[in-house]
Amino acid sequence: MRVDWRTSVSLVGAVLKGLAVPLAVTALVAVVYAEPPTPFLISAAGSLLAGFALERFPQQELYPREAFLMVALTWLAVALVGSIPFLLAGTGVFTSPLNALFESMSGITTTGATVIDDFSAHSRGLLFWRQLLQWLGGLGILVLAVGLLSQLSVGGARLMETETQTEDLTKLAPRMSRTARLLGSLYVGLTLLLAVLLYLLFLLDIAPNMDPFNAVSHALTTLATAGFSPEPDSVGAFAPAAQYLITLFMFVGATNFVILYALTQGRTQALRESEEFRFYALLVAGVTALATAILAIDGEFTGAEPTIRHGLFQVVSILTTTGYATVDFNLWSPAVKHVLFLCMFVGGMAGSTTCSIKTFRWLVVVKSFRRELFTELHPEAIRPVRLGGDIVDEETVHDTTMYILLSIVIFVLLTVIVVVDSTRSGLAVGEFDAMSAAASTFLNIGPAFGAAGPYGSYADFPTVSKTAMVVLMWVGRIEIIPVLVLLTPRFWRS
Amino acid sequence: MRVIVVGAGEVGSSIAADLSSDHEVTVVDIDGGQVESISYGEDVLGVKGDGSDVETLEEAGIEETDMLIASTNDDRTNIVTCGTASVFSDVFTIARVKSPQYLRTWERGSRVFGADFMVCTDLLAAETITGVIGLATAQDVDTFADGVVQMAEFEIPAESPVAGQTIEEADRFDSLTFAAILRDDAIIIPRGETRIEADDDVIVIGSPDSTRAFSAAIAPERTGPDDIVIVGGSEVGYQTAKLLESRGFSPRLVEHDPDRARWLAEQLPGTTVMQSDATDREFLDRENVGNADVLISTLENDQQNLLACLLAERLGTDRTVAVVDTVQFADIFEAVGVDVAVSPRKATAGEITRFTRGRHAENIALIEGNRAEVLEFEVDEAGDAVGCTIRELAGKLPDGVVFGAITRNGELTTPRGDTVLEAGDHVVVFASASAVDAVTGVL
Repeated sequence: MRVDWRTSVSLVGAVLKGLAVPLAVTALVAVVYAEPPTPFLISAAGSLLAGFALERFPQQELYPREAFLMVALTWLAVALVGSIPFLLAGTGVFTSPLNALFESMSGITTTGATVIDDFSAHSRGLLFWRQLLQWLGGLGILVLAVGLLSQLSVGGARLMETETQTEDLTKLAPRMSRTARLLGSLYVGLTLLLAVLLYLLFLLDIAPNMDPFNAVSHALTTLATAGFSPEPDSVGAFAPAAQYLITLFMFVGATNFVILYALTQGRTQALRESEEFRFYALLVAGVTALATAILAIDGEFTGAEPTIRHGLFQVVSILTTTGYATVDFNLWSPAVKHVLFLCMFVGGMAGSTTCSIKTFRWLVVVKSFRRELFTELHPEAIRPVRLGGDIVDEETVHDTTMYILLSIVIFVLLTVIVVVDSTRSGLAVGEFDAMSAAASTFLNIGPAFGAAGPYGSYADFPTVSKTAMVVLMWVGRIEIIPVLVLLTPRFWRS
Repeated sequence: MRVIVVGAGEVGSSIAADLSSDHEVTVVDIDGGQVESISYGEDVLGVKGDGSDVETLEEAGIEETDMLIASTNDDRTNIVTCGTASVFSDVFTIARVKSPQYLRTWERGSRVFGADFMVCTDLLAAETITGVIGLATAQDVDTFADGVVQMAEFEIPAESPVAGQTIEEADRFDSLTFAAILRDDAIIIPRGETRIEADDDVIVIGSPDSTRAFSAAIAPERTGPDDIVIVGGSEVGYQTAKLLESRGFSPRLVEHDPDRARWLAEQLPGTTVMQSDATDREFLDRENVGNADVLISTLENDQQNLLACLLAERLGTDRTVAVVDTVQFADIFEAVGVDVAVSPRKATAGEITRFTRGRHAENIALIEGNRAEVLEFEVDEAGDAVGCTIRELAGKLPDGVVFGAITRNGELTTPRGDTVLEAGDHVVVFASASAVDAVTGVL
C-alpha cells in the first residue's frame, strides 16, 4: 500500500487552521501595546486560507506512515507560517528570510536559539509571538493535534506514541480526546499558575522587573522548557525569588506529565514509584552539586547563596533543554562549561515538554550496560532490563541504543558543518564553541558557548550553518526517527 | 463415610488406598484398565467413565456420597468435576490442581468452581522445599496454629555434637518439645535419660525460633543457606524461586529452554536466571555450583533430577533436594545420596488424606507415611478437656502421645504436667498411629 500523503496533508491543514487563533491573540497583544497588528492579522488570514486549502484533500485512516508524515509536516508547516510575522515586521535581523525562519523554527521546536542581537529593535507583539510559538511547541501543538484528530476520529493514539515515544501518556483516559483535554488543562493550568506567581512577585515588589508582560512571557516559555525571553539579560533581569520560582517550574516542565497528573489527583506515590523520576532528580542534584563546587573553587561569586542559585539555575536550565540564563555562563571556567555542555545531552523525562536524549533513554542504556558487565561474567544469565519493575523489551533497548548513537552521529556531522562553514566564511569559531552550537540547536537547548552564548545570538553564523541548524532543530524536536523514516525510499514505495 | 475419588493415577490411587480401610471408596476413571487394577488391588469399587459427566457420577452413587475428591492429572477436568458434583449439594468436594492460578482464584471467594477445598500440587511441593531448606538437616517441616508452632523432623548426622547426648543434655531450648525419636522401625517417646544416636530421626515441636536453634545445634557448621541453585524452571521450580524471593533469598535458576528461561527471567526479578543444560559440567564449574549451599532439582523427570543432584554432590554442593514424580522412588533417592526427596504427588495425597481425616482436627501432619501424626486441636468450650491439666489428660491416653505445644491467644506456652487447658486453646499433639483414635476421642 502506498503512503497516503493526502490524509497527512489534510490533517496538517486542520492544524494550520487552529494556528490562526494564537496569531489573532498576538494581534490583540499588539493592539494593547498600541502597535500595528497587521503582520499578525495577515499571517492569521494566510494560515486560515492555507488550512482550508489543505483540508480539502480527502482523509482516510491514519496508519503509522501517515502519522509519521503528518508529524514531520506539521512542525515544518507551523515553522513556515510562524516565520511570516517576523518577515512582515521586517525589523532588525528579520530583514533576512533565513533569520525569520531560524527564529520561528527555534521557537516552535522549543529550542530557544535566537538570532536577535538587539531586543529594542522589535515590537512587543513580535516578542510575544516568539514566546507564544514556544508555548505551542511545548505541548500545545500536540494537544491541539490530538484534540483535532480525535474529533476527526482517526488514530490519535498512534500520533501520541509517535510524538512522545512513550505509551503511558496514551493510557491516561480511555478516549483520546479526553487525554488531550487532561494534558491540555494541566499545561494551561501550570502556565497560569506560574504567570500568577511571577506577577505576585511583581505586585509584592520582590521582583520589580516582572511586569505582566514579562510574567506571561516567561510562564509561556518556562513550562515549555523552551527558553526564549523578551529580556536581553534573560532571567538574569529578575530578582533571585523569580529565578528560584522559574528553576522550580523548569524542573516541573521536564517531569513526565502523567506523573504531574497523578500528583494533581493526590497520588504522591507516583513520584517515588517512578524510577525515571528518581534518576532525573538525582541527576539534577548531582550535577548541581558538581557545578556549584567548581564555581565555589573558582570564586565566581561571593557567598554561598548566589553560587548555589546560579549553579542550580544553569544546570536545570541546560539539563531540561530550556536554555534560560541568569548570568553570562560563557565567561565561566572551562570546567563548568564542560559540565554544562554534557548536560545538553541529557534532557528531561519522557512524556514531558523537553527535547534532547531524555533520561528514560539514558536509564535504559545505563541498565543495559550493567547487564552487559554481568553477562560478561555469567554468559548463560538472562537479565531483562527492568525500569521501575517493568520489563523493557529487547527491541526498545536496541532502539534506544541506536537512537543515542544516531544522535551522536548527527551531532558530529553538524559540528563539522559549522566548523568548515564558519572557517570558510572567515568567522573564527573554536572547536568547542562549534560543538556546543551544534549540540544546542540539534538537541533543542538554545544558548551555546562563544558567539552563540546566553547573552549572544546566532545571527552571525553563515548561511549554510544556519540552514543546517534549522533543519536539525526540526529533526531533533520530532526525535529524528520520523524524518529518517521519511527519507528512506521504502517509506514511499509499497 | 462414602467417598468418590475421580482419577486413578498415582495421587488418586494413593488417596483411595489410604481411605479404603476406614471408608467406602468408589474410584472413577476414564481408563478402564486403571479402574480394574485399582479395584483388584484395593478394597474399593471401580466405575469407568468421565468424572465430569453427571451420569457417571450418578452411577458412582454421588447422591449418597459425603465427599468427592477430583484428582486427575488435568486441572480443568478436576475443576469441572467439582462444579458438576456441586449440583448435588450435600457432597463435600476437593479439587487437586497443578497451577496456582486456580488456587488464587479459589481463595478469592467461597466455593469458587464448586470446590470446598483445593490443593495445589506444585505450590505444595514448592512450600515443602522452601520449608525444608530453611532448616539445615531438616527432613520435613510443618507449621501449626497460624505459624506460631512448627513441627520439624531432623536426621542426626554422625558428626553432630547432639549425637550421643541424652534428651536432658540436648534440651537447652526454651519452647521446644522432643516429641519422638524414630529409630529404624521403632517410635521412641523420649524421656530425660533417652540417648540420641546418630542417624536417628528426631521430631521436635516448638516455636520457629527454637526449631531453628535446634537445627543449628545439630549441625553448627551448617548455617542458613545463602547460595541456592534451582535446576529446572518447571512450575515447581518457578514457585520455589518465587517463595524464596519472598523470603529475601536471591536464588539462581537454571533452565534449558530459551523461551521458558526468558519468561522466568521476566517473572522473577530477584532471581538470576541462566539458560543452560544443568548437566553440562563446564557450565556447572564456571558458575561454581559446587560452592552452593543448596541445589534444588525440579527438572521434568526423575532420572534427570537424580543425575543433577548426584553431579552437584560430586562437585561439592552441601545439600541437594530433588523433586520425585514417582512416589516409590523417593526412598531410593535418599538412599543413594540425595539429601531430601520431595514428592509432589505424595504431598498432595497426604494433604487430601489428612484433610479427610482431620475435619475434626484443625491441622494434621503425617510422619513417615502413616506411622505417626502431629495433630492440632482447638479446645472446645463444651468439651471434656476444659479445666483438665495435661497430667490428667495424659492419664486417659495410651502411650505414644506427647503434648508438643499449646497456644493461647496466639502466644506459645510449653505444656507442663500442671498446665490447665482453657477453651480456645490450640493444642499440638504428637501421636503414634495406634494412638490417633484415642487422642481424637479425648480432645
